Amino acid sequence: MAEIGRRSLIAGIAALGAGGCAKFASSETGQSLFDAAENWHRASHRALAGRQALAPEYAPEDRSPTVKGNGSVTVDSDFYRAQLKTGFAEWRLTVGGLVDNPLTLSLADIRALPQRIQITRHDCVEGWSAIGEWAGPQLSVLLDAARIRPEARFILFRCADVLYNRPYYETIDMVDAYHPQTIIAHALNGEPLPEKNGAPLRARIERQLGYKHAKYLTAIEAVASFDDVAGGKGGFWEDLADYQWYAGI
Amino acid sequence: MIRHALSTRAWHWVNAAAFIVLFMSGLNISNAHRYLYWGDYGYDPADAWLKVMRFPGWATLPQHYNLAAARDWHILAAWPFALGLLFIWAAMLANGHFRRDLMTRRSDWTPAGVLASLRSHSPGGTANTGHGYNPAQRILYGLVLGVLLPVMVFTGLAISPGFEPAAPWLVDLLGGRQSARSLHFLAAWGIFGFFVIHAVLALVQWRLIEGMVFGARRQEGQADG
Repeated sequence: MAEIGRRSLIAGIAALGAGGCAKFASSETGQSLFDAAENWHRASHRALAGRQALAPEYAPEDRSPTVKGNGSVTVDSDFYRAQLKTGFAEWRLTVGGLVDNPLTLSLADIRALPQRIQITRHDCVEGWSAIGEWAGPQLSVLLDAARIRPEARFILFRCADVLYNRPYYETIDMVDAYHPQTIIAHALNGEPLPEKNGAPLRARIERQLGYKHAKYLTAIEAVASFDDVAGGKGGFWEDLADYQWYAGI
Repeated sequence: MIRHALSTRAWHWVNAAAFIVLFMSGLNISNAHRYLYWGDYGYDPADAWLKVMRFPGWATLPQHYNLAAARDWHILAAWPFALGLLFIWAAMLANGHFRRDLMTRRSDWTPAGVLASLRSHSPGGTANTGHGYNPAQRILYGLVLGVLLPVMVFTGLAISPGFEPAAPWLVDLLGGRQSARSLHFLAAWGIFGFFVIHAVLALVQWRLIEGMVFGARRQEGQADG
């Protein structure tokens, strides 16, 4: 009898715990506590490492055979398919928003800028990692050329790919925007960026997880806030499934 | 004199709650990519050293697959878990709990010492009648507090890409990010194994749980272990 009592007590506590956890997670207190914990991680990462500290870079022989494509692996439009065949001759990247000198860049313009080549690790939120060599101009070079205004607080990446009927987008803050390893990559392992990895252009945000590295880039915008962009949570996965905005954890 | 210091009791229960949340949300996170690798990279199941089972909903937090929600829990509970470990080590070193009760002596590691300890736990044995930990307890608690719990914290930090630039040597020391992830998984199961044994033994002797809640008095005339 005592045994059964004990066992049902444990089962009862477990059920209570599960129900309580679900209730806590959906409560306002729970949400604000989750947000606070995420912010403490971001603040302590930056305090411990410094704002400019680099993600590790690897030697050519450390690269993985490929870099897995995940999420969107293509763009479902006739324009994209045609551009893919012709090497993206008519693809344009605009740099706008809170800037004094908006830019419209072709791939040739982007390749003509000073390049940063880095062999870095891509970590997916799911848990896997791949290593590849990425090349492209630093985002800071584009932002300086566009003469970003002081009131800009975030950089918004707009993308051509659509998932679940929503266009992909992402936002990062100015610390990551001006980080030396934050580049607009057009090449992977010495070749033009493959379709599954975001051809022709993708962001590399090396100290955060893969979903921040927006692919199929069409526009970069300097914004004061992302509250009014799409779902208001600062990114496609953030809006769709409540992923953490700070993906450095 | 109280058998369990307030610092020990407070940490014990905070840590227990944090571990349960971390373990169950961790199983949910594991379901996102059920393969473990060694080295810096790993994404191809063909390269995995272990294909992990899919953990059922009743074992995970939340009780259905939700990577974002599981990560919310994991990211939150990591704070009391890591800071709590720092706290209890400081407290144990300061109040002598470590030196008195946990630090092993050379004789603890001899087969005779462990055997005698196990014998005292068999029915009719003398274990738990007084104060002081026996060699098996000292080794096991030492392993959990000194190895498994710290490994959990360090491997967790290592697989965080935002923390990595603060201590890239940590990831190298652990053999790369995917190795750190594998070790994170293995240490979690090590702690879970301890948790099960520990909880079963405590449930067999209800009074021990009482002691960990209220402190309990030490018996008169018992020498400190």
